[in-house]
Amino acid sequence: MATPLWVRALGYWAYQYRRTWRSSITTSFLYPVLYLAAIGVGLGSLIHHPVDGVRYVDFIAPGLLAATAMQIGSNEAMYPVMMGIKWWRTYFAMLATPLRVLDVLRGHLAWIAVRLTIVSVIYLAVVAAFGVARSPLAVLALPAAVATGTAFAAPIAAFSATQDKDVGFTTIYRFGLIPLFLFSGTFFPVTQLPGWLQPVADATPLYHGVSLCRGLVLGQLSLWPALGDALYLVALTAVGYLLARRTFTRRLVV
Amino acid sequence: MVARGLTKRFGDFVAVDSVDFEIDRGESFGFLGPNGAGKTSTMKMISCTSPVSGGTLRVLGMDPAVDGTRIRARIGLVPQEDSLDLELTVLDNLMIYGRYFDLPRPLIRRRAQQLLEFAQLTDRADDRVDPLSGGMKRRLTIARSLISDPDLLILDEPTTGLDPQARHLLWDRLYRLKQEGKTLVITTHYMDEAEQLCDRLVVMDHGRFAAEGTPRELIERYSTREVVELRFRSGEHESVAHRLAGLAVRSEVLPDRLLLYTADGDATLSQVHAAGFTPESALVRRATLEDVFLRLTGRTLVD
Repeated sequence: MATPLWVRALGYWAYQYRRTWRSSITTSFLYPVLYLAAIGVGLGSLIHHPVDGVRYVDFIAPGLLAATAMQIGSNEAMYPVMMGIKWWRTYFAMLATPLRVLDVLRGHLAWIAVRLTIVSVIYLAVVAAFGVARSPLAVLALPAAVATGTAFAAPIAAFSATQDKDVGFTTIYRFGLIPLFLFSGTFFPVTQLPGWLQPVADATPLYHGVSLCRGLVLGQLSLWPALGDALYLVALTAVGYLLARRTFTRRLVV
Repeated sequence: MVARGLTKRFGDFVAVDSVDFEIDRGESFGFLGPNGAGKTSTMKMISCTSPVSGGTLRVLGMDPAVDGTRIRARIGLVPQEDSLDLELTVLDNLMIYGRYFDLPRPLIRRRAQQLLEFAQLTDRADDRVDPLSGGMKRRLTIARSLISDPDLLILDEPTTGLDPQARHLLWDRLYRLKQEGKTLVITTHYMDEAEQLCDRLVVMDHGRFAAEGTPRELIERYSTREVVELRFRSGEHESVAHRLAGLAVRSEVLPDRLLLYTADGDATLSQVHAAGFTPESALVRRATLEDVFLRLTGRTLVD
């Protein structure tokens, strides 16, 4: 049985990761846990009244899961895409073999989903050890986190394929990811924002990722809003994928 | 491989303008031409990595628009720009590439050993690619293109930018592949490369074929048997050429020298001296493809 073409592309990233995973430990695994310890436990010890009805550490632990997924999903769709197209031309190496542009794209996005899964599993295990997870539904926070990551990865990959330099990535961080990280409900409820900003926060993908992960981990979930969050993340992933199909084809088939 | 009216357009620009050619199994076929002549666009179309804009193309008897994946499974491509993974080792690059063809790992490993031997990279197998020299990277790219044991090997300027030793080593390797019966399609800037490796070649200019034939045929058709190269003080070549025109079948003025095309170079050189000219240096040589190229495109190749 022949291996599907996109799985062969996925195989490249997995093979490459075997050599480079050490350098990703800090950003992927250590940082979220350090945040959780410093802010959740350390700063949280000063916050005596419950936030949204739970301890502060319980409040931010699932938020950090979604924020980490955003960070990894975005990052993996920036520099590695640039590498594939320009710096090392990895994509072109693939395209000289039986692989097609669609396989290159699917393989890369699938790999990002794998990375998100690995990181989320480890983080959720740590969170469980902190005694945060209090619902069997917490298991579903795993696909929720992966969907949060892909909701960023797919559209950003589409963007990256149009770029010639990596300056655009800095802009995404500065004006996109960092504000989202701070103000999308990861560290405090968005109800604390000024009234006019709340609808803006509500509209961002990270807000939906955070609400979904939080609801699942803490077991405080109402069906319809949760489905709305999930649908939002899946829809954004799908739109991003369709856009990426176009930008990848335009860039790689000349 | 058969192409009829093969065309590549980028917007209004026509990179390949309706060319026809046939390449047989086991043949080694060259595309010569200056930069921008359309060689690379042609290579990309026949390696099924770039769609044709017009005409018909059959590679290994199949249509690239329909069977791109199946055709590429039987092609080895050496692109003009290397696309190696610089952080991985030499061996890993071969392993990964073999997986794209879905070859079983033990088979890839076995072939990789042979190919590393072939590319003289065995002792670098476990080194990262990044610090390797340009020649080594190029040899690795060629080794990589052979991992799937392709029927057809397409090489886009395989030796451009290499030093002479590296180039000769590569020629030797390519010559062996030719002897093994592989079909080779090569683009090059270098005439000696074309003379050594190609059974048949075309000279491309502005997206069209200016000439086609074996290296020997082309030299006979477009050049004389011998060439006299004369070097005068710079600036004098044009006026000297004018006055020496009667001594040669044809003459060509280059920025740094004057070429006289003639059947008997020594006789012509004596006549030049007899006419009272004293060039700073003079050389009589046999005509090469370079002269054919100069005649057909009006410029030297490496520019």
